[in-house]
Amino acid sequence: MATLEIRDLHVTVEADNATKEILKGVDLTVKQGETHAIMGPNGSGKSTLAYSLAGHPKYTITSGTVLLDGEDVLEMSVDERARAGLFLAMQYPVEVPGVSVSNFLRTSATAIRGEAPKLRTWVKEVKETMERLHMDPSFAERNVNEGFSGGEKKRHEILQLELLKPKIAILDETDSGLDVDALRIVSEGVNRVRETGQVGTLLITHYTRILRYIKPDHVHVFAGGRIVESGGPELADKLENEGYEAYTKGGASE
Amino acid sequence: MAEAQNIPVGSTTAGQIAVAAESTVATRMSAPPSFDVADFPVPHGREEEWRFTPLERLRGLHDGTATATGEGVKVDVQAPEGVTVETVGRDDARLGRAGAPVDRIAAQAYSAFEKASVVTVPKETVLAEPVRIAVHGQGGTAYGHQVIELGAFAEAVVVIDHTGDAVLAANVDYLLGDGAKLTVVSVQDWDDKSVHVAQHNARIGRDASFKSVVVTFGGDLVRLHPRVTYAGPGGEAELIGLYFTDSGQHQEHRLFVDHNTPHCKSNVVYKGALQGEDAHAVWIGDVLIEAKAEGTDTYEMNRNLVLTDGARVDSVPNLEIETGEIVGAGHASATGRFDDEQLFYLMARGIPEQDARRLVVRGFFAELVQQIGVADIEARLIEKIEAELEATV
Repeated sequence: MATLEIRDLHVTVEADNATKEILKGVDLTVKQGETHAIMGPNGSGKSTLAYSLAGHPKYTITSGTVLLDGEDVLEMSVDERARAGLFLAMQYPVEVPGVSVSNFLRTSATAIRGEAPKLRTWVKEVKETMERLHMDPSFAERNVNEGFSGGEKKRHEILQLELLKPKIAILDETDSGLDVDALRIVSEGVNRVRETGQVGTLLITHYTRILRYIKPDHVHVFAGGRIVESGGPELADKLENEGYEAYTKGGASE
Repeated sequence: MAEAQNIPVGSTTAGQIAVAAESTVATRMSAPPSFDVADFPVPHGREEEWRFTPLERLRGLHDGTATATGEGVKVDVQAPEGVTVETVGRDDARLGRAGAPVDRIAAQAYSAFEKASVVTVPKETVLAEPVRIAVHGQGGTAYGHQVIELGAFAEAVVVIDHTGDAVLAANVDYLLGDGAKLTVVSVQDWDDKSVHVAQHNARIGRDASFKSVVVTFGGDLVRLHPRVTYAGPGGEAELIGLYFTDSGQHQEHRLFVDHNTPHCKSNVVYKGALQGEDAHAVWIGDVLIEAKAEGTDTYEMNRNLVLTDGARVDSVPNLEIETGEIVGAGHASATGRFDDEQLFYLMARGIPEQDARRLVVRGFFAELVQQIGVADIEARLIEKIEAELEATV
């Protein structure tokens, strides 16, 4: 069973000619089949955690370990991490001019699966997955994220999640900027992947709203660059009622 | 109608649509068109038509110091049956009918060439195979002149392939009879040191259609100036260009479409990718719709993809309209960059770095490559793009 183990992770970023520590010792274990919600106020370092795990060059790991099934993730390049089974659904997916969605998906699936998917079954697979996400077939011929609305970008991220079937999926504020309909469609996509029992999900969010659609097994409060409290779904209810105030005032956050 | 987006550092995109009584496209040149080099002052670099060109790298083509050497450039023409291929002297009456030189180097070439090649496709002759003109540099300096003439309703594909090491200034005339169809593919696949400056003059007959495909990869400095005029109504011009500008290369494409006749069409699409320190691409797209050219339909577009830091693009579309009685007129220019965030996004989906770059550049050029219509050139082009990407990043 796939397991992602994050131990004492410290991460810095260069900003304004200064080095700033964003993550200050993150400990977390996510197992296949589990869903963990990471909730926290703005600036707490949630997205830094997501991008550090995916290997974004902007972030420097100063100490700690990240293991996926015992393999050292931090030693891997960005593409190796993806091929090892890590997936990051991005908060702000970037436009890639000149590359169509269909070409991108096929190239990606080929890289992740280690061989080109058989054309006939692949076309069907993409078509059906897009239908379930209420995406128009013309979508496939558009350039990646170019001119996509906020909702289209997020659906495109979840489309990739469904097609690439990672071991560990990190969803970075996938709910932000979505209206209720889009949120429901996107959540259903995530739930389809979760229901296979093959994916460990790390759901990073600012709001409790998405947790009405995607039920977490564990909820962690993230503040000041580390997890400050962990619990079950009831912790989300507490946050819903009380907000993050209790965690930001006590000096846990800066 | 102008659009400009994602402009990276080191690029300019400027565009204008002017409504003018008198053409500034013509008046902002240093001198009126002429076949005599003496009519053009030696450029100093600040003139509108020279301001992007590094004069010091022209190897003397612009100031009269470049002297032709005996076997500078070898020209070999292979033509299918039915085509007449001739080598003629300076006094042949068929030379220079498609347009006069508009700058110093084109006039220098016209004043200095010794032999011209004339390729004639008789009227109503439809060629099944392309005419292939190999222009191969042998390390020397040369001035050239070529004429491709199609009689009425003739149809031909001509591939002009530039390779080797040369300093070459030339004029190429394309004369299309009424209803003729000509596709010309000019490939600049020069060695690294070459300098190539040429003016292409197309004169499009009534209801004739002209397709120019310019593919520029090689050379130290390449500056091409495709120009189009119409000899009768109903003419169509499609000007397609692809360039891949590497570290240190200067590749300049200046286009001019003169809508001097009613009911003609033009469509210009140039796309370039750049990589490496001091890669410099220049695109100037001038379209003039003269007062008498009612019913004109024109569009021009330039797209650039900057793959690395250190490259520079200057893109200047310019549309001048002297009549409002037209079908359509527009232009667009955009320079985007393949940046670290795009690379991260693709790699985060398992795609290795080199493949990611290839994916983006292939996608960028794909629609144009498919429009070339000459299979071996398309294949070679894709091969070249791959090789360029492998080389240095």
